[in-house]
Amino acid sequence: MIDFHSAGYGYAGGRPLLTDIGLSLAPGSFHFLTGPSGAGKTTLLKLCYGELVPTEGSVSLFGAALAGMDRDAVARARRRIGIVHQDCQFLDHLPVAENVVLPLTVAGQPVPEQDLADLLAWVGLSDRAGALPPSLSGGERQRAALARAVITAPDVILADEPTGNVDWEMSLRLLGLLVELNRMGKAVLIATHDMNLIRTAKGQVAARVLRIRDRQVQAAGAEL
Amino acid sequence: MTGVLVRLRAVARGALGGGDPAAGRVVPPTGFTARLTLFTAAAMSFLAVFALALALAAGQLAERWEGALTDSATIRISAPVDQIEAQLQAVLQVLETTPGVTGAQEIPDAEMQRLLAPWFGSNLPVDRLPLPRLVAFSETGAGYDSEGLRLRLAAEAPGAMLDDHDRWRRPLVTAAKRLRLVASVALVLIGATLAAMVTLAAQAALAANGQVIRVLRLVGAEDRFISAAFVRRFTLRALAGSAAGTALGLAAAALLPGGTVEAGLLSGLGFAGWTWLWPFVLVPVSAAVAYLATAAAAARTLRRTP
Repeated sequence: MIDFHSAGYGYAGGRPLLTDIGLSLAPGSFHFLTGPSGAGKTTLLKLCYGELVPTEGSVSLFGAALAGMDRDAVARARRRIGIVHQDCQFLDHLPVAENVVLPLTVAGQPVPEQDLADLLAWVGLSDRAGALPPSLSGGERQRAALARAVITAPDVILADEPTGNVDWEMSLRLLGLLVELNRMGKAVLIATHDMNLIRTAKGQVAARVLRIRDRQVQAAGAEL
Repeated sequence: MTGVLVRLRAVARGALGGGDPAAGRVVPPTGFTARLTLFTAAAMSFLAVFALALALAAGQLAERWEGALTDSATIRISAPVDQIEAQLQAVLQVLETTPGVTGAQEIPDAEMQRLLAPWFGSNLPVDRLPLPRLVAFSETGAGYDSEGLRLRLAAEAPGAMLDDHDRWRRPLVTAAKRLRLVASVALVLIGATLAAMVTLAAQAALAANGQVIRVLRLVGAEDRFISAAFVRRFTLRALAGSAAGTALGLAAAALLPGGTVEAGLLSGLGFAGWTWLWPFVLVPVSAAVAYLATAAAAARTLRRTP
């Protein structure tokens, strides 16, 4: 679904941050992406959803080369990718429920009320549907972001440090939700430097751990 | 060009058609910038009503004066009775040999009587009164040298006086036409000012909502959806502001002195008859200007958002 072919990226004026990346996110796969801060984890995720275009090699989204896609095509591809950011990024003037259904709203799709209610119950936010995002706790924001990421039943879930701002208990709860999505056939890629989270996932899912080292993505070894 | 039109049509469908009302809600209230657009559209439309009135009045004046131009002139001969016939012949001879002059002839007594009838009645004994004699002539397209003709008349017929009234009226026609042009340019400038102000307001709103735009792109919004949210808002504000400004302008114009066909420029600076309909064109035009300005500003901003 998302494929890197000798892809790399360098910000203007600097040497490439990532180079010669070969990666494929297949249906039902579960990947962790680790590496020190500044190694390029977020940059790699941005390449996955087309916010950045590779400066070397190529990245394809659902069979189409990212470099050849126009802005609308990228937007449509993003509807098949659920993205959870560390800082969540909500529309603060809209209540949680409207933020969660935002991917449907922008796609002009109807909002199934029962599905929304079930989804909010699944992430434990049924009683916070009418709250505005600034009033949510860190954990609630992450769960709302996860609900928004999956409302369109995307093929791929990308999460950038999803447990960075929450306590361990909430981290486990978020991990459980992502594992559950993976069991439904979604490809999941989580960028994190939380090794405890990766070890905890060991008993729940067959995940591959990728590590960014020397500007390249390397397999971290055995499957967890 | 075709691509631009296709894109504009797409934005139009989203912005003002049945489109997508949800687009409006995803952008938070734009407060100051929306009020700025409302006020600017109202003020510009108010001014545009008067620029329009000036353009129409100047245009009507130019047409009226131009219609009265006949390319003709007269020579009045006032001389003692024993000399008047000789001077008349001399004038006709001078006119015959003057380049640019054609159709010179003496105005007959019957015509003189008709001209004087409003003042002296129809029984005036023209043939027994020491009235001046009149010679009318036309000028060709190339025109004639009026100063040279005056000098020759002074030498050949001292009692002859050239009255080339059309000559001083023609510059007035030109002036009226230029006034109409100035008023038209003023209308264009008012439209451009409205576009500039709406662009500034829209850009301010777009800049203030950079985070909103990023989130919308992140969840898969196409540019036309995001653009429609802003275009709808600013177009409707401009429409409302322009309607209010135009209504006020029309009310003020109604208080101006009414114009008549014979009236001069200032007394005719208003609307009459079907010309009252013209100011209503300003409202959709203002909305269209706001629509295009906002769409262009949104397109520029969105191009910079990944």
